[in-house]
Amino acid sequence: MTDLTTGLWGLLFQGVWVTIQLTVLGAALGAFVAFVVGVARTNRLWIVRFLSGLYMEIFRGTSALVLMFWVFFVLPVAFGWQLVPMWAAVLSLGLTYGAYGSEIVRGALASVPPAQREAGIALNFTPWQRLRKIVLPQAWPGMIPPANNLLIELLKGTALVSVLGVGDIAFGASLVRNALGDSAPVYTIILVMYFVIAFVLTRGMRALERQAKANLGQAPERSRLFGKGRPAAATSTGGK
Amino acid sequence: MQWDWSAVADFMPRFWDGVLVTLQALVLGSLIAFALGLVWAIAQRSALKAVRWPVTVITEFVRNTPLLVQLFFLYFVLPEWNITFSALTTGIIGLGLHYSTYTAEVYRAGIDGVPVGQWEACTALNMPRGRTWTAVVLPQAIRRVVPALGNYVIAMLKDSPMIATIGALELLGQARQFSAVTFQPTEPITVVGIAFILIAYPASLLMRALERRLVR
Repeated sequence: MTDLTTGLWGLLFQGVWVTIQLTVLGAALGAFVAFVVGVARTNRLWIVRFLSGLYMEIFRGTSALVLMFWVFFVLPVAFGWQLVPMWAAVLSLGLTYGAYGSEIVRGALASVPPAQREAGIALNFTPWQRLRKIVLPQAWPGMIPPANNLLIELLKGTALVSVLGVGDIAFGASLVRNALGDSAPVYTIILVMYFVIAFVLTRGMRALERQAKANLGQAPERSRLFGKGRPAAATSTGGK
Repeated sequence: MQWDWSAVADFMPRFWDGVLVTLQALVLGSLIAFALGLVWAIAQRSALKAVRWPVTVITEFVRNTPLLVQLFFLYFVLPEWNITFSALTTGIIGLGLHYSTYTAEVYRAGIDGVPVGQWEACTALNMPRGRTWTAVVLPQAIRRVVPALGNYVIAMLKDSPMIATIGALELLGQARQFSAVTFQPTEPITVVGIAFILIAYPASLLMRALERRLVR
């Protein structure tokens, strides 16, 4: 543990910064994709539903690491598109986890009672107004717990980019390992680093969920350290 | 874009080798995950805090850290402690251990879903603890969670290329080796990517069908 010099710690902390960037940018792209595809899957036209479903099945069906290899090695050779490694990583993470997220968005939209939508139609809201002012605000709190799990998966997925030479935590760790010739301390340290980031993310999402539920007049439920989001009990006491 | 069918044909023998290794990792990894997950789930319901607490900490830690780093840990650190496994064995242990923390959550939900009356009936019949678990609780709990377990097997399939990074020659490992020899990355990597979709999509349809049938 004490063998790590300041410079080696510096490598690891640079990695932490890259991992955080990858997580934030990947989550932003993923959220965008998830909303677009998730909403498209409830579209009136069958062709829109079909294409968005196809996107989801393809990107959910293949392996994130294989997709990443494809973006890094096949795109430049086959199509002549050479992306900066960082952006290639964000692109493949965002597209993969966005496909998983679209299912969360679709499920949450479907869980809003149909009467709400009908009320919007009765009030002569446009489809966009219905989505933005009626359906999404009610679907939003239900999306947060599964989105948190997905965010943790994304954080774990960012470690894959180290295989392709992007300097994240895991990449920093391999450099440190080579410098020290000793693996146990550095891998223990970075596992703890990932765990701390995951913990902070979970706390943040928990706070977001509390706020979103408070906006709807629902009480938050209590859960464990990391616990999976469980469906809200039917007996939850409103607005206390 | 250039697409060379002869490269696909050349890759095919390696492809099938890779399929075998991937399936091997998947089957053995699933067995470890199913067994170990059940151990975690039952230990988390233990009456002893000294059992419950460490198990919760371990499973949360393993679940919230990347599988890739755990694989590196197992592959590089264990030999320093004079425990040496092959790359494939390390990969299987890593996959199984990582996914056991997910299956533990699945079993937990299944066990929580067994009505309290069933436990009480066992107490009333003076059944020993072990028999309560094996004859009454687990058969009901596991039936409900089969589709969820299946979904994690599919997830594990999609994470299995990670064991290529420690040198196990499964599908992606074979594709990498092939493209390193021939300088044709396009065909093998695309073929492997499509192979994953072709396996994962019907499997996920199967799980959806099972879910409709088993979960009532």
